[in-house]
Amino acid sequence: MAFDILEAGLSTTVQDQGRIGYYRFGIPQGGSMDQYSATLANRLVGNTAAEAVLECTYIGPKLVTRADAVIAVTGAPVDVFVNGEIRAEYERITLVAGDELKFGVIKGGTKYFIAVHGGIDVPEVLGSRSTYPIGAIGGVEGRALAAGDLVPVGAAIDNGLPALQSIDVVDRPVFSRDVNVRVMLGLYDHHLSAEGLESLLTSEWVLTPVADRMGLRYSGPGVGWKDREQPFGAGQDPSNIVDAGYAVGSIQIPGGTQPIILHRDAVSGGGYAMVATVISADMDLVARCSPGTKTRFVAVTMDQALDARHDYSARAARIWS
Amino acid sequence: MTQQTTARYTWGGDEFLFVEIAEGMSLEANFISNSIANALEARDLAGIVDICPANASLLVRFDPDILPWQELEQVVHVLEDEVRASTNKVLETRIIEIPVWYNDPYTNETGARFREGYHQRPEGNDLDFAAEVNGLADAEEFIKRHHESPWLVSMVGFVAGLPFLFQLVEREKQLEVPKYLSPRTDTPALTVGYGGCFSCVYSVRGAGGYQMFGIAAAPIFDPSQALEDFADFMIFFKPGDIVKFKPVDEAEYRRIRAEVEAGTFRYRQTPIDFHLQTALADPDGYTLSLLEALNGI
Repeated sequence: MAFDILEAGLSTTVQDQGRIGYYRFGIPQGGSMDQYSATLANRLVGNTAAEAVLECTYIGPKLVTRADAVIAVTGAPVDVFVNGEIRAEYERITLVAGDELKFGVIKGGTKYFIAVHGGIDVPEVLGSRSTYPIGAIGGVEGRALAAGDLVPVGAAIDNGLPALQSIDVVDRPVFSRDVNVRVMLGLYDHHLSAEGLESLLTSEWVLTPVADRMGLRYSGPGVGWKDREQPFGAGQDPSNIVDAGYAVGSIQIPGGTQPIILHRDAVSGGGYAMVATVISADMDLVARCSPGTKTRFVAVTMDQALDARHDYSARAARIWS
Repeated sequence: MTQQTTARYTWGGDEFLFVEIAEGMSLEANFISNSIANALEARDLAGIVDICPANASLLVRFDPDILPWQELEQVVHVLEDEVRASTNKVLETRIIEIPVWYNDPYTNETGARFREGYHQRPEGNDLDFAAEVNGLADAEEFIKRHHESPWLVSMVGFVAGLPFLFQLVEREKQLEVPKYLSPRTDTPALTVGYGGCFSCVYSVRGAGGYQMFGIAAAPIFDPSQALEDFADFMIFFKPGDIVKFKPVDEAEYRRIRAEVEAGTFRYRQTPIDFHLQTALADPDGYTLSLLEALNGI
């Protein structure tokens, strides 16, 4: 079983829950940028949470299925068309061999996900099917899909759960143009001046179009740094540090101007001071933001971050019960 | 330079512990970071997801649902104390020869495309600039300084398999070169780069901000694992590796490329024990003994 890709879309990649444990070698975790949306799609088609899906960016692919298939589309709001007829997102969709799937114009967010029963069945590399284009591993030949690709779909799966026809509205993610992102201060926040720290936490930051799976850049008033003598090997700018490991979700502010949140395809290290880190529960929220989204960074404690993590896990677990 | 007596512990959200051994780069700080990383790895603690030693710091990814953050911090503190108290500062590692075509046309062509708005000095190439800011006579002298003393892989990362390298010479002899004013959008794969006090080898083509001095002849990242040196893993370098750059001319570069294409290329390398105290006490003498190990192959 396979999909014939007629049009690739802007950047359609195979993703799963990620390639965890190789960050020490510079290989990012990868995985669906909005994990919660991807898990909903897998639930609808009768997979487990671990199956690989197609992550679409703004413009999705046009594809034809070679065999009967059960699919679902979740994530950013978009019109779904099967043989030209509109179908709903967040619902189980049955395709018969030869059916054509395509998409309309995205209406919010940037990423939507296509799951298929059996999962996208490209070979695992280092324990994951996620595409890492810079290292040319995972996915289809280590790259985004191209027209003419044949995307393999895996064999039927029994996940032991009753079939689910649609996701309740309350369980669907929200795509807002105005968000509060919870962060934990730390790492090199002590390099910020008092005004710099206040600016980080009280300013309204606007997501720029410079945003992808590696990182998202925000415009705003900028931040100031404390006066200090730069240590040996750090570089001259006050935003520089001796090159260090970058936490996934960490916020760096090169030159003190535009904060960058590192996301799931982050470079694993570098020489810019990180001043805060998005908590794990809000990484999906960041992934759902489209350019122009007004963003405030709200500082929370470790205990609050762990409570939020627990709530996130409980919400996802409900879907799988 | 002041050496911190205890590391600074801080959190990168709810999944990352960050341990800053020292603010400034030094061989000792790197040795402590790598030693804590190795000791933590050996503990095989449930809930440890990834241990990423860096130049003068350590990043540990953990699953707070399995390993409480307070417990992780306590464990690493104990390991840090043990590492600092240990008198046996020896690293079992290897020394590897990396052939480099310095002042090559590939990096020079790329450098020429990123001048205005990117580089500090529009005229000349990156080597000319590096020689000038280090008060050296010319590019040739800089190249000699770059390859005559060995380097320690102080960190692997940024992108897949990229080594950061710190030269095993006294502080006064260390070369420092500013990064590009603004990062390039292109760097040839296997470019030998330089930024701050670090050299690097770009494992893949892509963006980069380090000055470009030459091109390594053989791969350091091989997802196809076609070459023997990659039989176990697609990434060649590990933190703690010692590197000796060997200058090659175009003819030798082409010969090595042909061997890579044929799948017969092997890196020259040999196991060594790296003794931190000896390296710190007598860098020049210790360098000679390291090179003898490589020449004895």
